[in-house]
Parts: sequence; C-alpha cells; structure tokens
Amino acid sequence: MGSPIKIRASVKEGYTEVRILMQHEMETGRRKGESGNLVPAKYITEVKVRHNDRIVLDCQFGTGVSKDPYLVFRFKGGKQGEKISVYWADNKGDNRLEEAVIG
Amino acid sequence: MGQAINRERRKALKTGCGLGLLGIFAAIGLGRSGAAWAERNVRAFEAKTMDEALDALGAIIPENNAAIQITAPETAENGAFVPITITSDLPRTEEIFILVDKNPTMLVAHFNLPEGTEGAITTRIKMGQTASIIALVKTGGKFYRASREVKVVLGGCS
Repeated sequence: MGSPIKIRASVKEGYTEVRILMQHEMETGRRKGESGNLVPAKYITEVKVRHNDRIVLDCQFGTGVSKDPYLVFRFKGGKQGEKISVYWADNKGDNRLEEAVIG
Repeated sequence: MGQAINRERRKALKTGCGLGLLGIFAAIGLGRSGAAWAERNVRAFEAKTMDEALDALGAIIPENNAAIQITAPETAENGAFVPITITSDLPRTEEIFILVDKNPTMLVAHFNLPEGTEGAITTRIKMGQTASIIALVKTGGKFYRASREVKVVLGGCS
C-alpha cells in the first residue's frame, strides 16, 4: 500500500480547484543504486480523480513525471463538503486511494 | 559539490535521450482511431527508437495552435523537477499529452479531461537536458500542438 496522498480542493468562482501531491519515488529504471546495479522501474502509471462518484480527471503517467507527482486542475461545479477521491496505481501493482472533502 | 553535480550531469547526458519530433508524433499513434476511454497506449509510453516510432507513423501532423500555452521556466536549474502548466483555450479540450523531445521515453503524461473539467493542467516533469516540451491537445478527433524550449542546467533524466 502506497503512502498517503495530500489533497486540497476548494471552490473558486463556480469551479473546484484540486491540488494533489502523491508520495512516490517514480523510479525510471535507468538510475544506478549504491550497489552499482540499476534500480528497477517503479512508477505510477495511472491516476483517477473523482468528484463524488464521477471521474473528473483520468491520467496515464510515464517515467517522466517527477518524483512525488503533483497535479493541479479545475472542474465546473462542486460544493463545500462534497467528496473528492484520488486513486493511483503503479507498474508494480502498488496502489493508494485517498479521500478528502471540498473546503 | 561541483564535482558531484558534474558527475550527475554526465550521467544524465550519457543516458542518451532523444528521438526527434517525427518520432514523437508517431509514438502517440495519431493514426489510430476509436481508442477506448482511458486505455493506456503502452506503445506510445514505451517508444524509444526511431524505427518503432516510424512504424507507428501514418498520421496527421498536428497543427500549431496559439490557443495552447505552455508555461514553464526559461531555465530549469534542476531537470528532475520542472514545473509546467499546459492551458488549452480550444473548445472542449478532451485530452492533453505532455512530451519532451530529448527524454529517453518522450511521452511524459496523458490526461483525459471529462466534460466540465477545464483544459488546464499543472504538474512537474523530468528533463534529461535542454529540450523542447511539446503539448498536444485532442479535441473533436483532431490534434493540435504547442512547443516550448526549456534550458536545463542539471539533467534529471534518471
């Protein structure tokens, strides 16, 4: 199970702005570790963001997304107290689901 | 400190990023149609060689479009964390792709934006060296593009 995801969602002028910080090493598979061997690739491949039960952002990542992936986006609607959930899965079968409410 | 940076930099340069624009557009598989919602285009994410890329070509070359903007620093000190924002003012922006033309794998991320989600994404990406960021936007079955060069002081490819 992956590390906690930080989620901040707030209503602004008819939109909900969502800020997400995932904790993940995003290893490309091209970096050498202390032993001199390549560190195996381990990176988030998929991220889904839902408002209540509706998907508002659906992402596919490659290895080029920075360590501890950060996302900001906005969708129409959303009210204070409603639910935002973020789910990620990586190429090694690890995943994490986190929920927050719109503030 | 300086030496450490140089070593890192050499390492990053040695990873030998690169393919070129032709490859990029091919890699995304622009020729294909009817891809299922949210299906991962594995071939696009793994494309590394020109052959592979050319094989996938058979496509429309996306038009430059001023309605797509890439906000990024002119010079990034650390290629491991390059902050970028892609903004598309095209009506009903359905998908946004971020690519870096000199990374070992060029496709960085693919965003599906359902109805109601704004055509704007902020994130942080890795860049192995000074290169062009290419943003592709899909709307109404067509692709449009914008690009912007970012100078990278310390490569963040690995």
